[in-house]
Amino acid sequence: MVSLNQLVAVCLLYVAGLFVVAFLAERAATRGQAGWLLRSPLVYTLSLSIYCTAWTFYGAVGYAARSGLEYVTIYLGPSLVMIGWWWVLRRLVHIGRTQRVTSVADLISSRYGKSNTLAIVVTVMSVIGVTPYIALQLQSVVLSLSIFAAPDVGLITTDIPAFNAPQAAFWVATGLALFTVLFGTRNLNVNDRHPGVVIAVAVEAVVKLFALIAVGVFVVWGLAGGLSETMARLDASDIGTWQVQGGRWVALTMLSAAAFLCLPRMFQVMVVENDDERHLQIAAWAFPLYLMLMSLFVVPIAVVGLDLLPAGSDPDLFVLSLPLSQGQNGLAMLAFLGGFSSATSMVIVATLALSTMVSNHIVMPVWLSVQGEGASQSGDVRHVIILSRRLSILLIIALGFLYYRTSGGGALAAIGTISFGGVAQFLPAMLGGLFWRGATRTGALFGLGTGFALWVFTMLLPSFGQGGALSVATFEQGLFGLGWLRPQALFGIGGLDPTVHAVVWSLSLNTAVFVVVSLFTFPSPIERLQGAQFVTVQDTAGPARSWAASVAGSEDLMIMAQRILGAPEAQAFFQAEARAQGRLGDFPEPTPTFVQALERELAASVGAATAHAMVGQIVGGTSVSVQDLLAVADESAQMLEYSSQLEAKSNELSATAAELRRANEKLTQLSAQKDAFLSQISHELRTPMTSIRSFSEILRDATDMTGPDKTCYASIIHTETIRLTRLLDDLLDLSVLENGQVSLHKRTSALSDVLDLAVTTALAGAARPLRIHRNRADESVQLTTDLDRLAQVFINLVANAQKYCDAPDPALVIAVTQRDDMLEIDFVDNGRGIDAEAQSVIFEKFYRISGVAGVGAGLGLSICREIMTRLGGSIAYVSGRDEGAFRVLVPLQHVTDEMRQEAAIEGAI
Amino acid sequence: MSKHVVLVEDELNIAEAIRFLLSQDGWRVETLANGDTAVDVIRKASPDLVLLDVMLPGKSGFEILHELRSDPAFAALPVMMLTARGQARDREMAEKAGVSKFMTKPFSNTEMLNAVRELTAP
Amino acid sequence: MARDPVFLERKSYRRRRLLDAVRLLPLLGLALWMVPLMWAVPTTQPSEGVPMSAALYYVFGIWGGVLLAGWALWRRTRPDQDQS
Repeated sequence: MVSLNQLVAVCLLYVAGLFVVAFLAERAATRGQAGWLLRSPLVYTLSLSIYCTAWTFYGAVGYAARSGLEYVTIYLGPSLVMIGWWWVLRRLVHIGRTQRVTSVADLISSRYGKSNTLAIVVTVMSVIGVTPYIALQLQSVVLSLSIFAAPDVGLITTDIPAFNAPQAAFWVATGLALFTVLFGTRNLNVNDRHPGVVIAVAVEAVVKLFALIAVGVFVVWGLAGGLSETMARLDASDIGTWQVQGGRWVALTMLSAAAFLCLPRMFQVMVVENDDERHLQIAAWAFPLYLMLMSLFVVPIAVVGLDLLPAGSDPDLFVLSLPLSQGQNGLAMLAFLGGFSSATSMVIVATLALSTMVSNHIVMPVWLSVQGEGASQSGDVRHVIILSRRLSILLIIALGFLYYRTSGGGALAAIGTISFGGVAQFLPAMLGGLFWRGATRTGALFGLGTGFALWVFTMLLPSFGQGGALSVATFEQGLFGLGWLRPQALFGIGGLDPTVHAVVWSLSLNTAVFVVVSLFTFPSPIERLQGAQFVTVQDTAGPARSWAASVAGSEDLMIMAQRILGAPEAQAFFQAEARAQGRLGDFPEPTPTFVQALERELAASVGAATAHAMVGQIVGGTSVSVQDLLAVADESAQMLEYSSQLEAKSNELSATAAELRRANEKLTQLSAQKDAFLSQISHELRTPMTSIRSFSEILRDATDMTGPDKTCYASIIHTETIRLTRLLDDLLDLSVLENGQVSLHKRTSALSDVLDLAVTTALAGAARPLRIHRNRADESVQLTTDLDRLAQVFINLVANAQKYCDAPDPALVIAVTQRDDMLEIDFVDNGRGIDAEAQSVIFEKFYRISGVAGVGAGLGLSICREIMTRLGGSIAYVSGRDEGAFRVLVPLQHVTDEMRQEAAIEGAI
Repeated sequence: MSKHVVLVEDELNIAEAIRFLLSQDGWRVETLANGDTAVDVIRKASPDLVLLDVMLPGKSGFEILHELRSDPAFAALPVMMLTARGQARDREMAEKAGVSKFMTKPFSNTEMLNAVRELTAP
Repeated sequence: MARDPVFLERKSYRRRRLLDAVRLLPLLGLALWMVPLMWAVPTTQPSEGVPMSAALYYVFGIWGGVLLAGWALWRRTRPDQDQS
């Protein structure tokens, strides 16, 4: 026999282990480590197992021993809900996450226009429904402890010497409260999850499953002697045939499914602590597997327990007493730890969930209203939230403990079913809210009220027994003597199973009232807004602020102000206000004066109505009316107008900036061109001067130079001087042409005369002969222009052909074509022509064909181009032929004055 | 044996002047009017001195100098550059490329001869 | 939402039918688990009813089948998570 002290020691060790695990998980989560584990679908699935409480661990066997296979309905419901995740859970989890919902109460109140009345109703109902359940867990721990202290296995009395049940319950409650306070209110952010709690729950899930399966295996193969023997034993036992009433089978399956969705603790792990919506799809089959394994050995344990243990043994404790009676102390210890795990994990999460509700919907509003009356309260709002959370946790556990002390407990299953019936009342309002836009706040309120009242009257109060909470007369004659108000036969319909009766009436009337009242009432604007968001949630995104956040006061105001005013401005404003209030630190009290000042400040940025609505949402939790919304819309329209004006202005500005940038680029380019030009001129001037200087020095210093040498060198000097002179002439010419200062002397003559002059001049004194082919008939056309300048161009072209044509027998064809009012004169020589890459630059200043010892400065073609521009024509190199071809276009009549002016302006730029 | 100089200069008159001056001073002058082949010619001739114009058809003086200096055999060869573009930037580029002496055209004959003597002094 | 094409690719057609299966599976489970309603509940002679072992096999058999089907469907529909 294990001594009680040993047991307590193991228990303490186990709890210490849980603390360490939770602590490590919290630390890893804060550091962002171990995400693969903390946020894994496995942990999510295991955390769902808080559905299996001590009621499952111990109670299911008791239930089976009493009612056969009926116990399994409690697991069939949740299994169906999980397998049907696609229908409800998918939506529930998604909404819970996107709307930052913190609890069932928060979900329902958010859906129905952030109604705090609804939140309070749901919270109160949850507390009433779940407190007995917490008491049940404490009771199971105490019972299981007491069985180790009992002198006779199986027969338990509460007054065993050396075992003080209330004291044990007290210490268990204290330990659980400590754990929940430590790991449940660790994060200041209300929306944050509790990785420590979740991981501890997951560990406990493994322990309880392992323990129950171990006991089951021991029973089937150790005691009964194998599977077939066990089955034979089952069929031979008192519960050997199917004896479940159809009504109960259906009703309990439905009830457990509903409770699975509505239980605050389930909502906590399934929705609030959910990290990834995809985990749901894995839990959809993994969790039913867990449930199946949990319930697999229940019937064998019950039957073997009934066989082996003395009559009068509590079947609720067969899981423990069977191994103990067989001397399997280790297994008994393991079973104890499994039960202990079931109980503690349920209490921790249920308390966490309830305390969130109590704190957010009851304690904080009360505190805020006290605050509003001007009570001077010091301290940060955050601390108030944390404090209120912790107080709520202590309150819930204390309530559970008190309930345990006063009620003395009943069969585990009964309490569980009653609790389920209570929370299942949330279902119509919850599902209606998720799927029906027509559901209204009033409808939800009335439906919940009806269901709750019926549950209290038909399920909770009768559970205390006839003559307990309700008098025997009430049971027999109905409330106030009204026959149709009998708690177990409403409307005179008797003969039903009490549980079926209660579930059917409460849920169906709840639903009916909810639907009918919803149909006849009209939702407020914010309700409709929220309703639309919830029902069409799959399409909308964006987190909403929860009510919990809405009471956070200065913190939230600060966050909002930062978003609107910008961080430094908002901080400066808050600091100034805090100083004005005589407080140190960044956060002023959210006094009416401060809130008004902030509203004014925000109004400057977003408009008065918007600012009012925003501040109202955060400070008072007031709802937004249609007028408010219209005012907001109006302001938005004005702002839109203003911003489009701004946009136009900014477009204008950027266009100007682009223009300036272009001008700047052009200037830079011009400056670079000027530098290059000066450098070129320097080079062109210095080159001939080098020869001149050098040879003049040679001539000066030479004493013994022969006559021919002297003549040669002197003629070099002479040539270079001429080159220099021509360069200067050209430069001046070009400069005059480019500046548009040239005056054109218009005369009329035949083209042939101009060409005659050009050819004669260009070929005068030419070293090499150049044959010229002309068609005089074509040239007999008269034209009016500056004939001297045109001749200059022709001279240049002919001279170039003479100089650069590399054919052995150089020839030049001058072809004239008339096109409309333009003359096209082609100069085609039989040389190689100009390389493709050179063609684009031959008209640039100082360009000279490379490899040819030129005497020109490389300005000739530049000058030609300038002249032709002045004359209203053009000059171009025509490629695509074998020979080089310059094409000159010249107008028959010289251009008008305006056009010349234009050209002059162009040239000046 | 007389000392050997390679002169790369596309301006025929200037080349003639320098050729005259240097042969008077006892140099054997090899003249070249184009940049393309300059490096090969210099490699083959391995002269005592190279005179380089900057603006050359084909390949600029800077490129030729750079190629020469990247060959260890010519890393120490005296190279004198002559340019008609007397801008400070050109001088900097030449010095960076490793020129031995940089002269701006037009130059005085004695100055040029002095520079040549200085460069080839033992 | 844009109008669905009249014919789908074979793959997406297959996916849609799998999602139909996901939706129908709980209904199937529910129907099968409600079959025991038709079993006779013995009132006088305990030996007449369905034996406990058969009932256990039936209920747990469906359980196993349903969750296996759930697992298989999850395997097949995994790549895309958000088909509505």
